[in-house]
Amino acid sequence: MDILSLFVIIPVLTVLAIIISRNAKNTRVISAIGMGIQLLMAAYLIFAYFAQRNAGNNAEMLFQVDYVWFASLNIHYAVGVDGISVAMIALTSVVVFAGIFASWQVEFLPKEFFISLILLSSGVFGFFISLDLFTMFLFYEVAVLPMYLLIGIWGSGPREYAAMKLTLMLMGGSALLLVGLLGIYTNSAPNGGVLTFNILEISKVSIPIAAQRMFFPMTFIGFGILGALFPFHTWSPDGHASAPTAVSMLHAGVLMKLGGYGAFRVAMFLLPQAAHELSWIFIILTSISVVYGAFGAIVQKDLKYINAYSSVSHCGLVLFAVLMMNKTAMDGAILQMISHGLMTALFFALIGMIYGRTHTRMINEMGGLMKVMPFLGVCYVIAGLASLGLPGLSGFVAEMTIFVGAFQHVDIFHRVVTITAVSSIVITAVYILRVVGALLFGPITNDHFLHLDEAKWFEKLSTVTLILAIAGIGLAPLWLSNMIGDSLAPIISRLTLFIP
Amino acid sequence: MNLDNFLLMRHELVLTIITLIVLIADLSIKEDKKQRIIPIAIFLFGVNAIIGFFPVVTGNLFGNMYKISDLQCTMKNVLNIGVFIILLQSVEWLKSTDNKLKISEFYLLIFSTLIGMQFMISAGSFLMLYLGLELATIPMAALAAYDKSRSTSAEAGVKLILSAAMSSAVLLLGITFIYGTTGSTYFDVVSLKFSNNPLQTLAFILFFSGMAFKISLVPFHLWTADVYEGSPVNVTSYLSVISKGASAFILIIVLFSVFNSISMIWKPLMYIISVLTMTIGNLFAIRQQNMKRFLAFSSIAQAGFILLGIIGANGVGMTSVIYFIFIYIFSNLGAFGVVSVIYYKTKKENMDDYDGLYLTNPKLSLVMMLALFSLAGIPPVAGFFGKFFLFTAAATSGYYWLVFIAVLNATISLYYYLLVVKAMFINKSDNPIAYFKTDAPAKAALIMCVVGIFFIGFLSVIYSYMASISYGI
Repeated sequence: MDILSLFVIIPVLTVLAIIISRNAKNTRVISAIGMGIQLLMAAYLIFAYFAQRNAGNNAEMLFQVDYVWFASLNIHYAVGVDGISVAMIALTSVVVFAGIFASWQVEFLPKEFFISLILLSSGVFGFFISLDLFTMFLFYEVAVLPMYLLIGIWGSGPREYAAMKLTLMLMGGSALLLVGLLGIYTNSAPNGGVLTFNILEISKVSIPIAAQRMFFPMTFIGFGILGALFPFHTWSPDGHASAPTAVSMLHAGVLMKLGGYGAFRVAMFLLPQAAHELSWIFIILTSISVVYGAFGAIVQKDLKYINAYSSVSHCGLVLFAVLMMNKTAMDGAILQMISHGLMTALFFALIGMIYGRTHTRMINEMGGLMKVMPFLGVCYVIAGLASLGLPGLSGFVAEMTIFVGAFQHVDIFHRVVTITAVSSIVITAVYILRVVGALLFGPITNDHFLHLDEAKWFEKLSTVTLILAIAGIGLAPLWLSNMIGDSLAPIISRLTLFIP
Repeated sequence: MNLDNFLLMRHELVLTIITLIVLIADLSIKEDKKQRIIPIAIFLFGVNAIIGFFPVVTGNLFGNMYKISDLQCTMKNVLNIGVFIILLQSVEWLKSTDNKLKISEFYLLIFSTLIGMQFMISAGSFLMLYLGLELATIPMAALAAYDKSRSTSAEAGVKLILSAAMSSAVLLLGITFIYGTTGSTYFDVVSLKFSNNPLQTLAFILFFSGMAFKISLVPFHLWTADVYEGSPVNVTSYLSVISKGASAFILIIVLFSVFNSISMIWKPLMYIISVLTMTIGNLFAIRQQNMKRFLAFSSIAQAGFILLGIIGANGVGMTSVIYFIFIYIFSNLGAFGVVSVIYYKTKKENMDDYDGLYLTNPKLSLVMMLALFSLAGIPPVAGFFGKFFLFTAAATSGYYWLVFIAVLNATISLYYYLLVVKAMFINKSDNPIAYFKTDAPAKAALIMCVVGIFFIGFLSVIYSYMASISYGI
């Protein structure tokens, strides 16, 4: 069995083991073991990847496996990874692992909870390893749908509304995406020959420009909806606010990255000419996302809403950077995906832990929590600092790279949008510091806060895993940039080929 | 004609013999032991379904009046599997005291309609097609009116027979025009002489209207909801799955083997009807509270998707349609199976009765959820593959906007399927349906459905087999 397929098979096996497990404790342990194995495999994959590259293997995708699935439609089960997918797989396994521990205390139907959660993660892993548009789309939908049950059953607040809104908007996005993918498929052999879903094969041909103009917006918006592209982001605040902790972590941390990843791997890589022609529309939309999300976060009072809007802003930045179409900016986009994934997962985990103790998420009802739970408080400050891009943490590296890349464009349009987007950094600082101040410092506002207990071992494990990853990237970003940089080369060269 | 030739008709012949055996058994069993007919009939039908899978002999009979090929044989086998599942699902219902004296009638009627459908599939001439159609329709009305004690059932029977008579008349008029302009009722002769002159176009439209009624395409769908709601649950599932699937098979065969020369006329027609059917079926399904009506409208919407593959009009389209119907049979029978089990245990069939079902009857809820996800086309269950290939077929022929409308409709349909999932998994209820044990045959049927829903998609062998036989029309 090849290593990549194991990333899908192990979650499925874990789910099967959970089904036959007897009680909640076994369920938790099995989930933790399964996802622990995933984490180790991800670490192994990184080493194996570097080993291959150092051995001089220059193939675009490594560890490729290809089985024919539906021969008459030329659908294959084709998997393979480059540095970008390896990084995304590593991110996913860290977040899922932390998520399992963050939801250690789920009491209502724990078995079903972990099954849905792990099923969702198998979809995400499958998405990142796919080289075939069909399997990619299949895994994409597998990742989206369990969300409905997870939010609807275990969520809080207006969960039924939020779950339905999120599911329908994302499925609407996948509807657009499906048409886009089918459009790419039917035009994948412009010079005659067999139609194909294989990304690498399609990237060698040039799809007719008329088709590109039609299908690029569909594909980009389809992925963009998942990446919270303005004005299709409205599912995100409601969905994240109502979702249970681990689901918010996974969703904001990983699932939204499916959007960013798909946007450049499929939409821009396969349809480069249209990407150049139409990028201005989406650059405007994404820069609105970036600024609007940040402003949205300022006026919110609910911790989860604040973080959800800040995710809109940060994920907007990912799409913004992707659209800049040069190496530096795209490098930054991927760093930002990883950095934001870890940071926002940490945020949501902490919010969940705080909410579990205080039973409120309203910042005006809280205060002085640092005195009663210093561990969680310190972690929250670290997450906040990473979010506003403090040097030494992952956020700084990512945002810096993006803006340097964006500024390489000399024309007035790019300059204006870049400066607009940069302004979001200041706004981010405002809301992060304001929240940290109101939440953690000052007098203790409520007497019952005095009796709150500190983080338990599984909560500490969950947060420490994420903090280590954030600091790791912040302090030693080079190995990650190397991994990404090599793999960006083919995408950049295809994009620059078609500069008008 | 020698004895070997009879092998060609083995589906119909074996089924006829079984029908006769059931009739004789009914006459020779005492009144208080009529329930013995149930295992006899199910066993015999199972044998029939297995015989259907024996290696295919292909050929024509009665001077091209009757045709059998790999494709038609597969279609019949697909229908057999579906009917077998329905027979298992209806055991509990037939055992109730109301039905004590008329158990055999159910089998006689259902087998007769199935024989009719199989003759239609094998028809090589409009005469044969029409004979099959009548044989498939008239006993259906008796089936719909099977629950004598309920007035809605009688109403369903009357509505079905009146509207079916009307549509048969229209279809017959179409056949008359076809005969009048070409001088023949045989498919292979007609197809050579058919062109797009006004009279023949009119003939085609009349014929198509009659068929559209059977598949309940908009605007010929108005009978569906009331008939589906009034009929006994198992008859409803027979109507909406087997009868609809068979009619769709026949429509494909006729469109491609007879009316291929005027595809420029029927393609735009089907385009419009497909869009209407999907959209209207979906919009009405959203508002339904009664589960049978709900599934009725959802099955109208599904028929719109079937047309999508027919418009694709290429090898991929043909394969996808058959594949889609195959999957649709398992998914819809799964959903109907759960509805029928719950209805006969508790007499509840409204969506809000299902509130909190997962906490009391988790297995039934899971089967229902899988079936609905399959209908909605969510991976990894089979419905996803069925829909994806249909869309691929339409996209390959360049109908991107149609695919776009269809995927939007699929999203709308997901909304109302999720409403049921929400009722079962999320809503709380003070008075949920209490835990009960599902009877063994219905359980077996549900297991068959779940296996089908899970594996037909992944196993590319099935699709490949269908692809290998469906280029033949």
